[in-house]
Amino acid sequence: MSESPIQFQAGCETCPVHNAANLLKLGVDMSDWDYVVALAGNPNTGKSTVFNALTGLRQHTGNWPGKTVTRAEGGFEYGEHKFKLVDLPGTYSLLSTSMDEEVARDFLLFGQPDVSIVVVDATRLERNLNLALQVMEITERVVICLNLMDEADRHGMQVDDRRLARDLGVPVVPTSARYGRGMEQLVATVADVANGVLRPKPQRVHSLAPELETIVNKLKAQVQRQYPDLPNARWVALRLLDGDERISEAIQAGELGDLSHGLLDENRVMGQPVPEAAR
Amino acid sequence: MNQPDTQNAEQLLEAARALRWQSGGNIHEVLVESIYTEAARLADRAVQRKGEGRFDLDRTIDRLVTSRRWGIPIMMLLFALVFWITITGANIPSKWIASILLGRVYPALHVAAAAIHLPAWLSGLLIDGMYLATAWVVSVMLPPMAIFFPLFTLLEDFGYLPRVAFNLDAVFKRAGAHGKQSLSMMMGFGCNAAGVIATRIIDSPRERLIAILTNNFALCNGRWPTQILLATIFVGALAPAYLSGIISALAVVGIAMLGVLLTFATSWGLSRTVLRGEVSTFSLELPPYRPPRILQTIYTSLIDRTVYVLWRALVFALPAGAVIWLSANLTIEGLSVAEHVINFLNPIGLLLGLNGVILVSYIVAIPANEIVIPTVLMLTALTAGMSGVGGGAGVMFDAGSGSATLAILHAGGWTLLTAVNLMLFSLIHNPCSTTLYTIYKETGSLRWTALAGLLPLGMGFLVVFFVAQIWRLLAGVI
Repeated sequence: MSESPIQFQAGCETCPVHNAANLLKLGVDMSDWDYVVALAGNPNTGKSTVFNALTGLRQHTGNWPGKTVTRAEGGFEYGEHKFKLVDLPGTYSLLSTSMDEEVARDFLLFGQPDVSIVVVDATRLERNLNLALQVMEITERVVICLNLMDEADRHGMQVDDRRLARDLGVPVVPTSARYGRGMEQLVATVADVANGVLRPKPQRVHSLAPELETIVNKLKAQVQRQYPDLPNARWVALRLLDGDERISEAIQAGELGDLSHGLLDENRVMGQPVPEAAR
Repeated sequence: MNQPDTQNAEQLLEAARALRWQSGGNIHEVLVESIYTEAARLADRAVQRKGEGRFDLDRTIDRLVTSRRWGIPIMMLLFALVFWITITGANIPSKWIASILLGRVYPALHVAAAAIHLPAWLSGLLIDGMYLATAWVVSVMLPPMAIFFPLFTLLEDFGYLPRVAFNLDAVFKRAGAHGKQSLSMMMGFGCNAAGVIATRIIDSPRERLIAILTNNFALCNGRWPTQILLATIFVGALAPAYLSGIISALAVVGIAMLGVLLTFATSWGLSRTVLRGEVSTFSLELPPYRPPRILQTIYTSLIDRTVYVLWRALVFALPAGAVIWLSANLTIEGLSVAEHVINFLNPIGLLLGLNGVILVSYIVAIPANEIVIPTVLMLTALTAGMSGVGGGAGVMFDAGSGSATLAILHAGGWTLLTAVNLMLFSLIHNPCSTTLYTIYKETGSLRWTALAGLLPLGMGFLVVFFVAQIWRLLAGVI
């Protein structure tokens, strides 16, 4: 916990202004964090810039897609809590089997982050929302970081963050991470979701053909029977119908069951090596 | 793990298989389509554009730098400019650092060692071996890196590198490789180990292996200084003074471009022999141009790249300096260990248009390409019998300025052919041990790691051998 030299009165600790001023960038010091926050997003949306702004680390950022292929981790402290931030590889979707997408998806699913930030490029909203919608299928606790608002401005675009938040059912924070704009708001929102003050209710895509919908629901019911506490049974059902090997393996190995019972050993996921390359 | 669940798990998977069959198997497309439709709908509701038809600067620049006719010439011109600034700009600070580290600190250390009656062998090992090796690395490598890396990072931040990838993408496809390999190659120009890790963006194992095996042909940080130095003192010296900067820059660009050509050629060869298969398609996104944030870029490139590479060089230079000093001062039957090895390798080296010293240096420099040039100079001075220069066997002396370096190398029997072949060999040889270890970790296979090391090494020997033979043939005719 942070020890400020001056004793504030009780009200101060809960005031966002006080907290924002006391954002502690912990760098790689991540001893006993309270919450794990995942950072997902398309390539080249400024994900690493957001990561650096929050953690105070200077991970190299580059203006080109696919720079971050491994997971970087850092920490920050806000309010009374320590957060561990995990920067996932930038991906366009979570539906294919390339290694970067697998790293990102496995962490969202098995790492069970308390909050997932999806960094979204405001100037390329349509393509970026594809990923956001997929993340929202896996986990409810999503905060959208609507980044590159400065560029959207430059290109003469107006992005209505409030309408987007209402449509998606999750908080949306407009930012320009390169200039540090909106970062306090982002941290405050993440903390609110982590603490349960804010409860996102994602609008999920349920517009399949009726016959297909019946099949999905049938399997979803089976998944739910097997794993009553699983938060994303529908998504697991869809993955199984899609023939996703990784999910089938997870079911066979009991990982999904552990997930459902909240038993999954943190270290096993965190220390998991990047999936081995094909020979 | 929950043991009793196993049976239920099997049941669930069985049900999934049956339902998957019912669903007609095209659920993937249906799902992707529904997500895309939803994303488009939401984006359409949230975004409003004002002021259509504005002049689009990004698109105008893109039309130029990715055009079929101008794309590649512009790329070469930009890189040549970067090297020219590096080469002309690095000279002065290089001399300045050398005059302090080698001209002042080095004698002062000897005076201090004598004052505290340090035994000669110990002061030799510490000062003539380890200190001089590190001082050399700093004075030769720090200035060009401190200029080159920020410039390169500015190009990267501006968003130019993906355009290069775009220009080369079609060629990669024709070579039977994945277009994304152009991106991992770009990373390789910084560090091959990073480039190898970057190949993770390639989905297909076949194409990923091609990208891993050929990444070494992207000239890395550790090898730029070697190229820049040799180009400056041998190639640049051929031209009149006012042109020498440009000529040396072009020579370095030439080597880098040869690396790109070799990447294509080797990818083509691999995709037709051991790694046959279909080419997969992908879409490459051209990010918007962003005004680079100059101060921040200079800061991060100094911290992330310059200091990192320098640190790596120093870590390897310290023990290497000690080993070189020892091998030059331990004698067997009147000759030092180093001379024994060099004499043994010299005939092979000369046949290849190199020499024994260079081959020994490359063995010493397997952990880090950064120390090739310092090792070469030290061993050359030793075998050329330039006793008195710098004060004894195994001493890396003051060779901070180009002309002094040239004098030493001439004394060692170096010709333009030696320099050109060393530039070629520096491009085409086995990756450093860090990269090899990364390749092993990424592929999990000793076989592929061995191929990644031996393939470029064999190619390097072939190339320098033929260059030497043809060179000598032509020299004989003229």
